[in-house]
Amino acid sequence: MADKSFTIHALAEELKSGKLTSVQLCRRCLDAVAAKDGEIGAFIKYDADRIMALAAESDARRQNGKALSDYDGIPIGIKDNICVTGETCSCASKILENVVSPYAATAVEKLTAKGVIPFGRLNMDEFAMGSSCENSAVKKTCNPLDTSRVPGGSSGGSAAAVAAMFVPAALGSDTGGSIRQPAAFCGIVGVKPTYGRVSRSGLVAFASSLDQIGPMTNDVVDSAILTGIISGKDPLDSTSLDEAVPDFAAAALKGAQAKTLAGVRVGLPKEYFGAGLDAGVKEQLDKAIEKVKALGGEIVDVSLPHSKYAVTVYYILATAEASANLARFDGMRYGARVEAGDLNETYFKSRGAGFGNEVKRRILLGTYVLSSGYYDAYYLRAQKVRTLIRKDFASAFEKCDILMTPVTPAVAFKFGAKSDPLQMYLSDIFTIALNISGNCGLSMPCGTDPESGMPVGVQFMAPHLAEEKLFEVTAAFGAAE
Amino acid sequence: MAEVKLDIDYVADLARLELTPEQKETFGADLGNIVNYIAELSEVDVEGVEPTAHASACSNVWREDVVKESYPRETMLANAPGVVSGELIRLPRVMPGSES
Repeated sequence: MADKSFTIHALAEELKSGKLTSVQLCRRCLDAVAAKDGEIGAFIKYDADRIMALAAESDARRQNGKALSDYDGIPIGIKDNICVTGETCSCASKILENVVSPYAATAVEKLTAKGVIPFGRLNMDEFAMGSSCENSAVKKTCNPLDTSRVPGGSSGGSAAAVAAMFVPAALGSDTGGSIRQPAAFCGIVGVKPTYGRVSRSGLVAFASSLDQIGPMTNDVVDSAILTGIISGKDPLDSTSLDEAVPDFAAAALKGAQAKTLAGVRVGLPKEYFGAGLDAGVKEQLDKAIEKVKALGGEIVDVSLPHSKYAVTVYYILATAEASANLARFDGMRYGARVEAGDLNETYFKSRGAGFGNEVKRRILLGTYVLSSGYYDAYYLRAQKVRTLIRKDFASAFEKCDILMTPVTPAVAFKFGAKSDPLQMYLSDIFTIALNISGNCGLSMPCGTDPESGMPVGVQFMAPHLAEEKLFEVTAAFGAAE
Repeated sequence: MAEVKLDIDYVADLARLELTPEQKETFGADLGNIVNYIAELSEVDVEGVEPTAHASACSNVWREDVVKESYPRETMLANAPGVVSGELIRLPRVMPGSES
């Protein structure tokens, strides 16, 4: 689990003082991957020569006093649905197996402008559709804390790479919990920023109204640093918000030093603590609640009454949007093509051969809910319930500053434990509402389940654009014993 | 709510997805279960509720209509499954039965 010296902020200090070079750091990461990733399977691929060349360039800049930032030379793993110029971006799918990105995601551009080194392509559920990484068409990723268990998903490779200490941090994407759930399963920190905070340009679209890129790190301060770098209005994403980006890292450092929650009203939505919550998870959450009280926080009981419909709303909206977004993968301009008699037949065969089972299932469901005669009953109705879910959050935030909930009903499960798709969908029950409402949230470790020895995560959710508060509170919570 | 029977052939045709007979059977059953589960939404009172399409209130976004440098043609064509004379993407014939 988290090693205090393997954080971005600690490594930045070492690089600055000259105790460490980027070449040494990247070499160490590559050695760790070479030694252990055969067992873990976090990386789909990585280009060691390219990484070492970038590290050498970073060291040269720093030696000449021209470091691009404190973080120049730090390697960050990238989920395989986020574009890096000249690297493959397969979304762990056969249909995009050999596709090379002609450009980089804005989030990646912002990181590389600071000298950060994109380090490899991390495994995921195909097109980010899944909660365990078991839907990857490329490979299996194991939880580094117990290789008989899943790392979570869909950003499972990102979580595993950070938890295994292959890289100090990684980028993931979160559509219904795909950053926060694997972070909880692997005992690290993961953030879903407010919708629109981070540009989606260069993130392969799954569900455009829900997707956000976010960091996966060893501590809250690192998450704040990375969120700060990748946030901001982008002309290439018209849904990105034209809002000032506060100094998130300063907010996190302030919280980590103060270690107090005095004056903070922490809301506990009763719907998140009911039946279905595993005893081991409940026990650690109860301890976390006591910790909040001990730090001076005020516990407030709140209700999010439409929570129980969140999974349904999500699987209508997300699959509908996915069926439209994934229509572009047709084997014509890029990606795998299965040649057949004519254009239409080529579409059917290319898509039939290129997509895996879960992706097909979701395209079919999305197509169905949008099909003639069903639109009003499913899609339009789901959008209306989405309004009610948003209003629930708005009412709750009138009574509290931040919400505190479990991340998942249970700890990381074993491979093959959830073979029924609906059971897999229901495992996202605590993370999904946040994407529907669009506000920001963070998942962090809060203890260990005594029975399995696996980490338990706690989720904090804050209002739209309240990342500063989110980082201050969670850093205080994380820093306090 | 009555059990929903999903016409898998019709939906797969709309989605341009070729499915094997086994997949049709499995996905048909899976989707039947899911569709019956999501039918719970019919119990929510949405009278007078406006739909939310996006998590943040979006209005139309405009940009200046100016020509900018684009990506090099060879870079963009490098991912195409079939390229003709270095500048065109080769497609299968469009009309069934016509010469390719």
